[in-house]
Amino acid sequence: MDTEILARIQFAFTIAFHYIYPPLSIGIGLIMVIMEGLYLKTGNKYYEVLTRFWLKIFAITFGIGVATGIIMEFEFGTNWSVYSKYVGDIFGSALAAEGLFAFGLESTFLGILIFGWNRVSPKVHFISTIGVFLGSMFSAVWIVVANSWQQTPAGYHIVGEGLNARAEVTDFWEMVFNPSSVDRIIHVWQGAFLAGAFLVLSVHAYYLLKGRYTTISKKAFKIALAVATIISLTQLISGHSSADGVAKNQPAKLAAMEGHYEKSAPADLYLFGWVDNQSQEVTGLALPGGLSFLVHQDFEAPITGLNAFPEEDRPSQVNAVFQFYHIMIAIGMFLIALTLYASFLWWRGKLFDKRWLLHIFCVLGNFTANSQSSGLVCCRNG
Amino acid sequence: MVELETFLGIDYPTLWYLVVGLLFSGYAILEGFDYGAGAWHLFLKKDLSRRIAINAIGPLWDANQVWLIIGGGALFAGFPVMYATMLSAMYIPFMLFLVLLVLRSSAIKFRSSEEMIWWRKTWDIIYFISNTLIAFLLGVVLGNVLQGFEIGENFSYKGGIFFAFLSPYAIMVGFTTLSIFMTQGAIFLLLKTEGRLYARLTFLLKKGMIFFIISFAVTSLYTLVFLPGVTDKFKENPVFFILPILAFLAVANVPRLVSKKKYANALVFSSLTMAFLLMLVAFQLYPVLLPSTIDPKFSVTIYNAASSQKSLGIMLTIVLIGAPLLAGYFLFLYKTFHGKVKLDDTSY
Repeated sequence: MDTEILARIQFAFTIAFHYIYPPLSIGIGLIMVIMEGLYLKTGNKYYEVLTRFWLKIFAITFGIGVATGIIMEFEFGTNWSVYSKYVGDIFGSALAAEGLFAFGLESTFLGILIFGWNRVSPKVHFISTIGVFLGSMFSAVWIVVANSWQQTPAGYHIVGEGLNARAEVTDFWEMVFNPSSVDRIIHVWQGAFLAGAFLVLSVHAYYLLKGRYTTISKKAFKIALAVATIISLTQLISGHSSADGVAKNQPAKLAAMEGHYEKSAPADLYLFGWVDNQSQEVTGLALPGGLSFLVHQDFEAPITGLNAFPEEDRPSQVNAVFQFYHIMIAIGMFLIALTLYASFLWWRGKLFDKRWLLHIFCVLGNFTANSQSSGLVCCRNG
Repeated sequence: MVELETFLGIDYPTLWYLVVGLLFSGYAILEGFDYGAGAWHLFLKKDLSRRIAINAIGPLWDANQVWLIIGGGALFAGFPVMYATMLSAMYIPFMLFLVLLVLRSSAIKFRSSEEMIWWRKTWDIIYFISNTLIAFLLGVVLGNVLQGFEIGENFSYKGGIFFAFLSPYAIMVGFTTLSIFMTQGAIFLLLKTEGRLYARLTFLLKKGMIFFIISFAVTSLYTLVFLPGVTDKFKENPVFFILPILAFLAVANVPRLVSKKKYANALVFSSLTMAFLLMLVAFQLYPVLLPSTIDPKFSVTIYNAASSQKSLGIMLTIVLIGAPLLAGYFLFLYKTFHGKVKLDDTSY
């Protein structure tokens, strides 16, 4: 095994591990803000207990996120020194802005959140919680901007040649608002809210099944269910808009996501399938012309296929991109159905009667995290 | 040579050099007492003392660590070439540093979460070792930068990977850094504790100061005798000999203030010692960031390592907006947790 592969494995391992935690902390942050807000509004002690409980978990996810984040920051230099030179001009400002605006806010107020209950007034504590939550959301902005720039670069020019070549910023705002960053940031935020909400649902479903902390668990479950239902629906819209952006800016990636090879033909939308890169065929269940309809609102409209691109511009792992994309979609659809059904039961006042439903929620915490990771892998491989 | 943009008559790369210098000084001063306090951990015998020591830094260390992240980001952003070359050359110490950081933060969070004696003892040892080694490694990296690296053409590092970083000089600077962090840590803990623990720390602080004075003297002598190149700048501009003198005066003031129980002031003066020493380093290096031992023309300087003028301009704007905000957060945080540690239900 050569060192490049080792360096890639090391980096991939760090990033995959890292990417579990920041989204969770953003999601738990939102739930914490709601819980503490309800506590301030109603004065109900149960909400305070809940806030303190989730704060502990937040602190741990945040801590691991920071620790692995620092590792990534330095691995850019240790493992990809040539690349660091190449993009330093671009990523640098995004990273510095993250540190100052987002991370500074998050980390300073976290101390007040954890240790400040007896030192500041409830209102100041609540404002600190909001500060930490906003900080975590900002921090996602800068990181996603850097990532989006890698996918759809804008506002830069290249200086120098060979090993000395580097990208330099020409327009800061064009770089920040590159074609895919807005769609992607909204999609990532929503994914994070979902991950947090489902972790809360999962933990409290467990407590409800075991008959422990029943009163507070019911309250927490309802808060998280409301968040999960709303977000999983809006996620559908932003997911569609993201895919639209991919169709415009990275047609080769879109073609790979649906395993579409023919140069110019209506493309199908697969529910599931398997891509054979040799024969260029996809075996699976598809809605004929579905992708054409989603992109152009016309079942007959042609979509640029993979064969329209020179060999070297195509993603090498078409099947992997296809599979991770479909896993992400399938999980998303399943979550919509599930949360809508649970909300319906809540409306009928029967939410906690069905134990099988609680069992599903209980094991589900993991899946949302997987949907996130699948999205990430799909995005990086493409 | 490209025309350089200036602000207040100072060119952008130099301004950014100052920003990075300030960030790392902030990191050294603030995390200095965190790491330093941790390096005394096993010298505190009782479980309660150890809990108090951890809770003294509990609300602050996460915020202090921000300075490392911003400093690293600022280096990456402003001088990508330097970042790339230094991390290639210092691969092993930085990887060790990262592992130790993770262990240290786990120890803070998990140490008091269980009652078992073996659990707490294990985390105590991990906490002690990680803090001590982090402080030592930071000094080792600094020592290496002062000594220079085998940098060839195109800023590529030609030296050894595994043990090259452990030169005698780097080790001496490592001990000096550890000792000044420990001094800083002991003063900070004195500020935060009462009773018998406080008495014990007064005793430990004396040891720390002696440790610092010996390491500092040995390192300075070694520098003068074996690394005459490191003091070239001072021979050219004797005015700057004021810096080591100020550093010495600042540290000499610490025992006086401690005997008067003015710990906050003592902390200010030990921080000043660090600041003066770092200014000394910064002045000696400028405008070089990483000296090449192969040929000075291969050295990484703030001019050949800098990002574009455009980018530096954007980042200076970001800093001008962000720094006052950050200062505000820190004031609020330190004001909130002012005073002696009181353990309650929110403590670790």
